[in-house]
Amino acid sequence: MIKFDEIKRAVLVSIWFMFLTFPIMVIRVNPVEHIVEWRWKNMVLVGIGSFLLSFVWNYLMKRKELGSKEAEAGEETIKISLFHRALNEKKIYLPALVIFGIFTISFPFIFSMYQTTIMVTALIYVMLGLGLNIVVGLAGLLDLGYVAFYAVGAYSYALLNYHFGLSFWIALPIGGALGAIFGILLGFPVLRLRGDYLAIVTLGFGEIIRIILENWNEFSFGPSGIANIPRPPLFGMDLSVHGSTTYIYYIMIVLCVFTIFVVNRLQDSRIGRAWIALREDEIACQAMGIDKARTKLTAFSLGATWAGMAGVMFAAKTTFVNPASFTLWESIIVLCIVVLGGMGSIIGVIAGALVLVLTPEYLRAFSEYRMLAFGTLLVVMMIFRPGGIIPNVRRTYKFESVKNADKS
Amino acid sequence: MEPVLKVQNLGMNFGGLRALDDLDLDVCKDEIVALIGPNGAGKTTFFNCITGIYPPTDGDVFIFARDRDMPERINGLKPNKVTEKGLARTFQNIRLFPSMTVLENVMIGRHCRMHAGVLGAVLKGRSTVMEEKKAVEDSYTILEKMGLAQFVDEFAKNLPYGAQRRLEIARAMATEPFLLLLDEPAAGMNPNETQELDELIKQIRDKEGISILLIEHDMKLVMSLSDRIFVVDYGKKIAQGTPEGKKSRRAPRKR
Repeated sequence: MIKFDEIKRAVLVSIWFMFLTFPIMVIRVNPVEHIVEWRWKNMVLVGIGSFLLSFVWNYLMKRKELGSKEAEAGEETIKISLFHRALNEKKIYLPALVIFGIFTISFPFIFSMYQTTIMVTALIYVMLGLGLNIVVGLAGLLDLGYVAFYAVGAYSYALLNYHFGLSFWIALPIGGALGAIFGILLGFPVLRLRGDYLAIVTLGFGEIIRIILENWNEFSFGPSGIANIPRPPLFGMDLSVHGSTTYIYYIMIVLCVFTIFVVNRLQDSRIGRAWIALREDEIACQAMGIDKARTKLTAFSLGATWAGMAGVMFAAKTTFVNPASFTLWESIIVLCIVVLGGMGSIIGVIAGALVLVLTPEYLRAFSEYRMLAFGTLLVVMMIFRPGGIIPNVRRTYKFESVKNADKS
Repeated sequence: MEPVLKVQNLGMNFGGLRALDDLDLDVCKDEIVALIGPNGAGKTTFFNCITGIYPPTDGDVFIFARDRDMPERINGLKPNKVTEKGLARTFQNIRLFPSMTVLENVMIGRHCRMHAGVLGAVLKGRSTVMEEKKAVEDSYTILEKMGLAQFVDEFAKNLPYGAQRRLEIARAMATEPFLLLLDEPAAGMNPNETQELDELIKQIRDKEGISILLIEHDMKLVMSLSDRIFVVDYGKKIAQGTPEGKKSRRAPRKR
């Protein structure tokens, strides 16, 4: 039942919101006619709106608390793993996978070119997210300069093509390899660092790369960037813009599937376990015979490889690169994808990338309130799903065979 | 008795503080040796120096591995190299990997005895699959020996305290050591659990043939377990002997 206390709180919240939004929602100064317009109606709307919202909020918070109490009692496990159980049930996930596959393949034919372009961007971020997921989600190394490797990939294709005329398919592995090399270059000086210090150094590294690209005119053509980068060729055919967008979309799908495949295998391997152990406890990890330096360097370089390849894709897709595409904001978005999706969870990162890249696009209806709505969405998501959209679940093993072998 | 670990004149300075001073110690095969002393005496520093977490300032640490006749000097080696050579340790304040399952914790211990690289992990060839399978089975066997098989898929952080202590020992055993270094294994345990631990450590020595060096404050456990005892204070060895001999003498702390 609604208690008096709750009403009091909701009223306080609505007054607070009316106060906060007063300058932007109520006052409008018209400098031409020297008139100050007072829009009291807006204030009333804000008051009512926030009053109702605070009720909804309270209700949701209560449910959440109830949920965590149940979790303490050990009842939550079944609920949370419903999704993961569905993943393990062949009858459910096979048809779902087929439907999803058909949908992805027919996507460019169902939707407009605009939608396909957005989707390609989203898929590039899926790749970036999965790459950073190795570094941040698995190995626990907070990397704020991830965009540097993305830039390395993009510029390696742009420059190799400009100077030597290398085609997309040759540049793609080279971009990945260069990303890996830069990953190791960054990895060496930061081997001893962790946590906040690591974040600051990587942030600096990302900025260094961007500033070099911006100022070294002879090498990278400065802020004006490099234009006319060819799109990926299809057996020498010259595709129309529409055709090549579709083609890039399919390349991206294949690359994403490849990324998922590799990251998934890595995660359950000897190296993947070492990464997770490194995240959990560095000293214990070393005392258990894991080479800390090597494990960190593989994490950095493997993470950067995907960024390098995504960079090549980006250059091929936009046909133009300049340093403005590789700001700190990009790193933060990718980090948000990993954290919001669920650290270390592949399917979570994919969901995170789609949500984070697609929502701002579809929120264009809100025009100037777009970023506000986006921010609200992020905050709400982090409060109600602190582990990410789809949190990671550790793999478990079956032991029937071993037990029986011991008995016999 | 053939030694497995020989420490000579070990010294460790932290700036102007001499944490360890001219310390000699040796552990023989199939022996349980206890290192005792008041808090801050330098016992854990001693462990850290041997296992490579700190490089000792002076002195020598020699190990005599099973398959080698010659002693091997291990000062200044990285901790992971020391573990590879066959010295495994546990920590005073439990350092498990909390968000990994019990089995995975033990499998991390197998890490340095496995070889799969990045390519192996991605291609998942026959050798990698076999190695993985063997690691799972070996780890499970160790868990059974330590009485932890029931927790196999549990997160390490959800285990009861005593089981966490045992899991840390299990993880150390998975690295196939010839010498196990236990840093206060009984800390925080009740008398029952301590009794179980006593038996467990003896079993590890007798059945696995692993020598043990332990730091402990629980004198009852030390007296019942150890073949020899070393007493340290202010980084110096002040006494050594068998439990029978130690009981009668008191070693007052000198200022």
